[in-house]
Amino acid sequence: MNTQKPFLYFDNAATTPLHPKALDAMLPYFTERYGNPSGIYSIGRDAKKAINQAREQVATAIGANPTEIFFTGSGTEANNWAIKGVLEASREKGSHIITTQIEHHAVIYVCEELEKQAKSGGKPVEVTYLPVDSQGFVSADDLAAAIRPDTVLISIMWANNEIGTIQPIAKFAEIAHKNGVIFHTDAVQAVGHIPVSVQDSPINLLTISGHKFGAPKGVGALYIRKGTKIAALLNGGAQERNRRAGTENVASIVGMGAALEISMTEQESEFVRLTEMRDNLIDRIKTAIPKVTLNGATGKNRLPNNVNFSFDYIEGESILLLLDMNNCCASSGSACSSASLEPSHVIMALGADHEQAHSSIRFSLGRLSTYEEIDALMAILPKFIEQLRAMSPLAE
Amino acid sequence: MEYTEKVMDHFANPRNVGTIENASGVGTVGNAQCGDIMKVYLKIEDNIVEDAKFKTFGCGAAVATSSMATELIIGKTIDEALKITNKTVMDALGGLPPVKVHCSCLAEEALHAALWDYAEKHGITIDGLKPPEEVEH
Repeated sequence: MNTQKPFLYFDNAATTPLHPKALDAMLPYFTERYGNPSGIYSIGRDAKKAINQAREQVATAIGANPTEIFFTGSGTEANNWAIKGVLEASREKGSHIITTQIEHHAVIYVCEELEKQAKSGGKPVEVTYLPVDSQGFVSADDLAAAIRPDTVLISIMWANNEIGTIQPIAKFAEIAHKNGVIFHTDAVQAVGHIPVSVQDSPINLLTISGHKFGAPKGVGALYIRKGTKIAALLNGGAQERNRRAGTENVASIVGMGAALEISMTEQESEFVRLTEMRDNLIDRIKTAIPKVTLNGATGKNRLPNNVNFSFDYIEGESILLLLDMNNCCASSGSACSSASLEPSHVIMALGADHEQAHSSIRFSLGRLSTYEEIDALMAILPKFIEQLRAMSPLAE
Repeated sequence: MEYTEKVMDHFANPRNVGTIENASGVGTVGNAQCGDIMKVYLKIEDNIVEDAKFKTFGCGAAVATSSMATELIIGKTIDEALKITNKTVMDALGGLPPVKVHCSCLAEEALHAALWDYAEKHGITIDGLKPPEEVEH
């Protein structure tokens, strides 16, 4: 395996490199095995078989039935489908959605857009955004109290992309189930990395994104528990059991199945390895740099690959730029917001002030992360922080 | 989003970082909510800006515009200094990405706030200079 990396990569929560074995599995479907899976001839059946094998690989990883896995073009698409599809199919019951203040934009902005449309004469919708505590945990009591007779969907992420906090999802799904409300979880940061199962709890819908675990970009999936009322996402052909029409992205789906199977085989050992590496990086940053705050939970309630710190008196982008000039990739909050002026909504929801929210940096580890990389990061990070603090009026 | 080479140069090697003791005028603009705070110190003698220093909390563009603005104002008369606008700063940096244009406005405001402070401290009126907006922290 390639050990000479041209850069230090600490942004595995944004995306991961394609697993070489996933690439090998994909390649034939770009070339000689190009059949349309809907074709009745041999190369069509061959492609269909490959998709169904991937469907089984994904289903096995989360303890689902393969008929409950629906491939999409991204995690964002799966989140959009879960929210809009349930709302559309539950109109006679009501239009109240419960979610949280720390969801990914692929959930929050969907809800906000629905609210905007409702305000300008569209179909009604009401959304409750549950708060979180200082470590990013949603309260079960808050959730139970927010449920109303017209609540049709509860959407709570399994693990947070910015701060790595892992929610007690089974407990929340039980609460939803007892109240007859459909439960969706955005498990994009969790699947492949920590144990995720739909067998242990009454989860109705679960979002998966391939490129977070070594699959290519542009493929995701929505788990839909049998019997869950949800409208079709795209109409057209009969693909994905009439619910998500469009000729399948065969190669990427195959890559996603292969990558997830590999991730599941390596999950236990990677969990231990990355947790140690995570805590090592956390300790070293705390020791080497004064006035830092670890954002998010600790121990087993934090994703094994997530480190997120606020560095007092400094704005996040300036740290990222200095790191980038030294070939080191990290991110502030989420990759999607690095061009926006808004501070992280997740860090703000923890009760932090604007300065702290603007000064957060995420270092996320992955399959190729090494202690050598951490050594190299720690050789430059403290001096960059010092350099930037020297020019900050807040540090005076 | 991409920064020009000039912006990256002024970000990585900012000119005039620091403070001036007994400065003739000091101006602070921006707030933590928008993510940028600039503090500019001016030393003015005989109507000429002899020296300028800054401290900035903010993104790469905020640092680069502060650096460029202080570089542009040194050696200028007060009248000339007043003519330094956000566009002057931006052009000198070879442009800024659209979402970062506000940083150049902040740099202009910071210079004006420091000049205003100088005028107030010395009981003079500078034609065409408006008082800075309240700074929230």
